[in-house]
Amino acid sequence: MTAMDTEQKVMTEEVLNKYELVIGLEIHAQLATKTKIFSSDPAFFGAEPNKHTTPVSLGLPGTLPKINEEVVTCAVKLGLATHCKINLVNRFDRKNYFYADLPKGYQITQDELPICQKGFIVINLKDKEEKKIRLNRIHMEEDAGKSMHDKDDRYSLIDLNRAGVPLLEIVSEPDLRSAEEAAAYLSEVRRIVRYLDVCDGNMEEGSLRCDANISVRLKGAAEYGCRCEVKNLNSIRNLQRAVNYEFRRQVQLIESGERIDQNTLNFDAATGVTSVLRSKEMALDYRYFPEPDLPPLHLSQDWVDELRKELPVLPEQRIKRYTSELGLSEYDASLLTNDRSVADFYEELISVSSNYKSAANWVIGPVQSLLNESGKEISELGIPASAIAEIIQLVEEGKVNNSAATQQIFPVLTASPGKQVNEIARELNLFIDTNEDDLDAFIEQAVSKYPDKVVEYNKGKKGVLGLFMGELMKVSGGKIDPKTANKLLISKLESLK
Amino acid sequence: MEKYTTLSSVQQDIKDSKLHLRQLVEAYLQRIEENKHLNAFVEVFAEEARSQAEIVNSRLLDGTAGKLAGMVIGIKDLICYQNHIVSAGSKILDNYRSVFSSTVVERLLAEDAVIIGRQNCDEFAMGGSNENSFHGPVKNNADNSRVPGGSSGGSAVAVQAGLCMASLGTDTGGSVRQPAAFCGVVGLKPTYGRVSRHGVIAYASSFDQVGPITNSVEDAALLLEVIAGHDEYDSTSSTLPVPAYTQQLDFSGKKRIAYLPETLTSEGLDPEVKALTEKTIKELQEAGHAVEPISFPYLDFVVPTYYILTMAEASSNLARYDGVHYGYRSPNATDLESTYKKSRSEGFGAEVKRRILLGSFVLSAGHYDAFYGKAQRVRRVIREKTDEILQDHDFILLPTTPGPAFGIGEKTDDPVTMYLADIFTVQASLAGIPAISLPLGETKTNLPLGIQLIGKRFGESELLAFSKYILNVTKSR
Amino acid sequence: MNLDNETIVRIAHLARLEVNESEKESLLKDMNNILHFMEKLNELDTTDVEPLIYLTDEINVLREDVVKQEITAEAALLNAPLHDGTYFKVSKVIDKG
Repeated sequence: MTAMDTEQKVMTEEVLNKYELVIGLEIHAQLATKTKIFSSDPAFFGAEPNKHTTPVSLGLPGTLPKINEEVVTCAVKLGLATHCKINLVNRFDRKNYFYADLPKGYQITQDELPICQKGFIVINLKDKEEKKIRLNRIHMEEDAGKSMHDKDDRYSLIDLNRAGVPLLEIVSEPDLRSAEEAAAYLSEVRRIVRYLDVCDGNMEEGSLRCDANISVRLKGAAEYGCRCEVKNLNSIRNLQRAVNYEFRRQVQLIESGERIDQNTLNFDAATGVTSVLRSKEMALDYRYFPEPDLPPLHLSQDWVDELRKELPVLPEQRIKRYTSELGLSEYDASLLTNDRSVADFYEELISVSSNYKSAANWVIGPVQSLLNESGKEISELGIPASAIAEIIQLVEEGKVNNSAATQQIFPVLTASPGKQVNEIARELNLFIDTNEDDLDAFIEQAVSKYPDKVVEYNKGKKGVLGLFMGELMKVSGGKIDPKTANKLLISKLESLK
Repeated sequence: MEKYTTLSSVQQDIKDSKLHLRQLVEAYLQRIEENKHLNAFVEVFAEEARSQAEIVNSRLLDGTAGKLAGMVIGIKDLICYQNHIVSAGSKILDNYRSVFSSTVVERLLAEDAVIIGRQNCDEFAMGGSNENSFHGPVKNNADNSRVPGGSSGGSAVAVQAGLCMASLGTDTGGSVRQPAAFCGVVGLKPTYGRVSRHGVIAYASSFDQVGPITNSVEDAALLLEVIAGHDEYDSTSSTLPVPAYTQQLDFSGKKRIAYLPETLTSEGLDPEVKALTEKTIKELQEAGHAVEPISFPYLDFVVPTYYILTMAEASSNLARYDGVHYGYRSPNATDLESTYKKSRSEGFGAEVKRRILLGSFVLSAGHYDAFYGKAQRVRRVIREKTDEILQDHDFILLPTTPGPAFGIGEKTDDPVTMYLADIFTVQASLAGIPAISLPLGETKTNLPLGIQLIGKRFGESELLAFSKYILNVTKSR
Repeated sequence: MNLDNETIVRIAHLARLEVNESEKESLLKDMNNILHFMEKLNELDTTDVEPLIYLTDEINVLREDVVKQEITAEAALLNAPLHDGTYFKVSKVIDKG
């Protein structure tokens, strides 16, 4: 057998199908607190280099850390939202290693007693049942600074603004079995942290980062294969690409009779290829020991219970409710709950309107488009949910038609959010008041404009109905009831067969 | 000018216009200059001290002065003072200028102390003789061929030789008490957490404490009163209120004191130290105090436990000295790895390197539980047993050192002597309780000898009062 | 436990220190000393003893999430062996792969 034959053998779907992908993700979420985890310098992104520093975050001689209480709150909230056990007694440890962006020569993290353990996150895949992905732990730690190697020929440049920014590390069990599942999981984590307002989930800016532990094994095997860690994936897409690449790479190696080395890998987004960052021999000995400068945390159950009460209703719960109680589709429910402020707006809307489906369409449609275009937050738009409810009411009662509502009333409302919906409709003369005789006349007008389309319609091309409706809207000035008009239009067309 | 040994006498003379603080400062500056051979000071803040003296003197006269007005004090080259170089006795920080002040310095200045300079010490507080400093060894003023002790050697000699009124040193395993004993002055290690470590260059985080070195117990009490207390920057600092130590120095009643017989029966103990200790015990018994031998079954474990833990913590605390963000960077550095290795190997002295290596060894994979974890458990046993003894007794009494100051370069390799030296002081450090060395005697050749008292956790008040009492008792021999 | 040259090389690298040949010998001796220390400690039965980690009784020492800008960027760079007014500079990492 030639080398080419071997390669061709490996790359068939049949071969790949013998194997199972096993993935665990370690996600780092940078918290949106005002200050860093152990010092009072600002934590936000984007300042000029080395401006967000204090003696503590610089690791100057004689400095000592002190825990930011808000970080603990964020950690507990995330733990509660992901069904974790909160370790009321938890503490910090030192992870010792040398790197240019690590000023103390150690990172303060949580190793033995993390604040949260054993939770789960539910993911939904297209056309499949929901799946529970177990969490091993969530712990608090500090971020390192940034070193840049390509700005200068001879030197690396170091900016310590990021050194000490609070991180929550979320570690899953190796329960993920495909790139799709991994992507769904990462998305869900992103959604949850945004819901809780603990992290903005911006992967491009690095506020959410992902490392993937990937291994393969023959389907049905009890043991896990040897895993490789792909570090610092900065987008959901790159996560999927890296996973798929690794799957094929590892299967190929195994099929060729070779061993998988437990390496740490880098993923090159440009080429789509992983390469060795650190080999197993260079595996680091972190010499963990408890951080003597920070007394332990003994959280009270009462305090945790208070936080639980303050949690917003999470996407997982809302989707359940929207699909089972309100009768929305999974797809719509998912879109609605993507962003917490939008979901909250929807909640407000359905508290004053019982037309859940219509409300969903409004939020997913015109409101979301407006948000996308303007780049604003929903609170900044200032459109009261009650106004949308009113519009829905008008359409439902047949007083204005839907396209008039979306294309004419809504834009005016957007520009003057304080205006009364009824007033706008009146001013724009949108109230449906066309009687049946006038309606017949309009239909006559529309139909006679396109005789050849009439023929097409009767030949079976039902799609041209839209063209007639459009014309009808035009000639009537939009003041017709679409349902009635549609019925009459169809009978008119059929009468011309 | 006469040698002032207490702050109260200085303050009185200034208020009586018999003395101007500026004069006192000049006298100290001159004595420092005359005693340069002792090498006690790495840097003298002459001009600052002079101008500060002017300001404080006026305050003393118009009644607005702080508690330490008139105090001229030196700080160990390990304690940060904003805008001043702090080198930790090391080449690796020889040009490092601190951008903030330690809490203890801020508290000194807030009470109008005049800080006259930074004092020589063993590199990164690692050593017991002040022979490990980048700035050269310090000499004992009682005998220039002998060491002053360490690591706060410069701080102790400065007080001994009258180069300043008092010093702030640091004590991790005896570094304030042992030099105080060698130099014939008072040296106190407070309870762990009593004094803030913010701005104190770390050696072993769960052991380090700043302590005063003075001529009198009164001044030690005053300094402790000023520097002690909760600090928002130090998460390990205690929130317990600080007693007015200076108001509680009057001793009365009878105490129960334990002494550890093993410490007195060892061959390595200098007979004069033994004699002094026994004499002190007898005097206390004659004064009506109950002094009895209490066996401490874990004495053999204190030294190994101490070294394992401190070297491990030090190896981590000194990782930040990497030539990247501050401190010495080797001119031979060609990339990141060589920047680390060469800067650290060239910047650190031999003893520091040794302890970092051994500490890394202790913590390395596979050894952590066996070494560090075990040592932490033994530490708890030692602490609990010591606390138990102090439940039934007010103090533990023992020598501070096995003998008087040894010769420079002599660096005894006799394991028994070295072993004893460490046993005497590290027990209090392991337990985190206060201990004080008192200059209760001398050898026949006039070398100072110190006796140590260990007190209950946060029991500095009783400890200081009894210390003052003992010193008076022995002075009136 | 086997203490040999490889141990020294590994530990020296962990600590980012260079150890020359003459230093290696005394270092091995010191490490063996540690093993002796450990033999001593292991004489004590500590099966039901918790490790002593914290020397104070303080717990939950927390600070408010309030910004306190204590130093300037200039102060941050003040002691840097090499900087350009904006960044710390260090000779480049050699690419490991």
